[in-house]
Amino acid sequence: MSATVETQGLSASAELSTTFSGASGQRRLLHLGLHAAFIVLCLVYMLPFAWMLSTSLKMDGREISMPPQWIPSPIVWENYYRALTALPMLWYLRNTLIVTATATTLGVIAASLAGYAFARLRFPGRNLMFGACLSTLMLPGIVTMIPEFLLFKEIGWLNTFLPLIVPWSLGGHALGIFLFRQHARTIPLDFDEAARVDGAGAFRIWWSIILPLSGPVLATMTILAFIHHWNDFLRPLVFLLDKDMRTLAIGLRLFRSEYLVQWNLLMAASTLMLLPILALFFAAQRYFVQGIVMSGLKG
Amino acid sequence: MARTMSTAPVSAPVRRHFLSQQAIEGYVCITPWLIGFLCFVAGPMVAALVISFLDWSMLAPPEWAGLANYRRLLADPLFYTVLYNTAFISFLSVPLQLIIALVIALGLNEKLSGVNLYRTIFYLPSQMPVVASALLWLWVFNPEFGLANALLNALGMPPLNWLFDPVLSKPSIVLITLWGGIGTPLIIFLAGLQGVPASLHEAAAIDGAGAFARFRHVTLPMLSPIIFFNLIIGIIASFQAYFTLVFITTQGGPANTSMIYILYIYYKAFRDFDMSYAAALAWVLFLIVLVLTAINFLLARFWVHYEGAEHS
Repeated sequence: MSATVETQGLSASAELSTTFSGASGQRRLLHLGLHAAFIVLCLVYMLPFAWMLSTSLKMDGREISMPPQWIPSPIVWENYYRALTALPMLWYLRNTLIVTATATTLGVIAASLAGYAFARLRFPGRNLMFGACLSTLMLPGIVTMIPEFLLFKEIGWLNTFLPLIVPWSLGGHALGIFLFRQHARTIPLDFDEAARVDGAGAFRIWWSIILPLSGPVLATMTILAFIHHWNDFLRPLVFLLDKDMRTLAIGLRLFRSEYLVQWNLLMAASTLMLLPILALFFAAQRYFVQGIVMSGLKG
Repeated sequence: MARTMSTAPVSAPVRRHFLSQQAIEGYVCITPWLIGFLCFVAGPMVAALVISFLDWSMLAPPEWAGLANYRRLLADPLFYTVLYNTAFISFLSVPLQLIIALVIALGLNEKLSGVNLYRTIFYLPSQMPVVASALLWLWVFNPEFGLANALLNALGMPPLNWLFDPVLSKPSIVLITLWGGIGTPLIIFLAGLQGVPASLHEAAAIDGAGAFARFRHVTLPMLSPIIFFNLIIGIIASFQAYFTLVFITTQGGPANTSMIYILYIYYKAFRDFDMSYAAALAWVLFLIVLVLTAINFLLARFWVHYEGAEHS
């Protein structure tokens, strides 16, 4: 679909420039100006990253100099090792991986089941429930967190990973439900009917017909969920009070209070936290884009 | 493409004897979501409302307090400070993000070479884990050795206290969000611009419309539903999204000048364990979000141009 739009746009600009054949020189000038502006702007946007990287490789004490030295000498790669071992960062990483992997997997499955039901099964109250589901997107999470805290305290879930996993495993990813519903509506209903003639129930149809046809949207949902859980800060902050249960995001924040003077280690730890997201982004860029476009264009 | 061509409308008549079975199956499939919704959204919402009418400090058993928490809220000077700070940051940050993203998207839409590289660079900051980017900016704005003051120094200007200056704390936070917040709207605008039919631009160009006139009378009206939708959604999301940034960098200071609404609720609930007052604050926030959403629906009917941009 984007391909058609693009060729449409290209042919249009070609037609436009033939309409004004004298304007092609002007157009080249415009492009030159745009490139110059974008390069400057990109440098501005990259500057904080460069600053982070440069600081993370500096020798202790060298990061606090004015004017700053951009190319560290010597380059201290060891900072990354020290950042990993200074606090039990590897332990925090393990906690984050447990939460992220479980909550993402279960959350995507739950969201696809709900999205499938909203898209392809007819039952009284469906639209009302879907409206309720969408409205949770607007709800600031903190509004429900006070009673949740009291509830989790009562049933012994504080200091466990359950508050970070269970709500999502029960369809907490409203955006994922929405994305899956939009996608499932485009699959022909004949598929379901043929399966029903063969005696398949709704679960079978969802699992063995709809899910195999949903690779891209599942990838988009997985990425959105992964990033959500990897970056989640407020819920771990409130529900995980115990030292041993901390996630990376919380651990990094502790780094700030305990190592505030050692900016080189702090920046090394920040860079390490960014790396998995960066890798995921470059491996699956188009699913990032797809998720944003699908959710943001609904005017 | 082929799949969308053969789309069957969901409202297609389904054979009669499937209906009741399908309804049962529908309820079975929706049950996990329904349980989650009742236990972690609807139930807590009602519970928060009830708690806001109690006097409950976690130490003593709760007592009915009627509207006392709401009266206290109206008399709390910090409540108004917090409202002002939140409005200042959100109403400045989100529109500016959209304007910058729109300008960049318009430039990138000129069929430049290297669009993907530019787009990636502008998008990347938005993918940085917020804790990491908050720490990075805390370092950038470090009054003694930070990048920001190094740049000012290079330009021969005196250093500033940025996040730690009562006047500059809010603008500094807005500045950070302009770095980290344009990625999403940029991608949305780029996709939206591709949906503007080229024929409209051609027709306008043939009628003698210049670049600015075409933007004003063709592109902008076609994009307006997307801009408006993302403005309201962005403002609502910013109430929650800026928590981590502010919590890590200024912690609401100096002198509460960057204390935003969510952070205030957090401190009241989970630092002071003033649960019932925090619940009242949370419900007022919920009502504010409700009003903004209603404004979104009402205003959209008046001035937003819905045509052609329909997707799905």
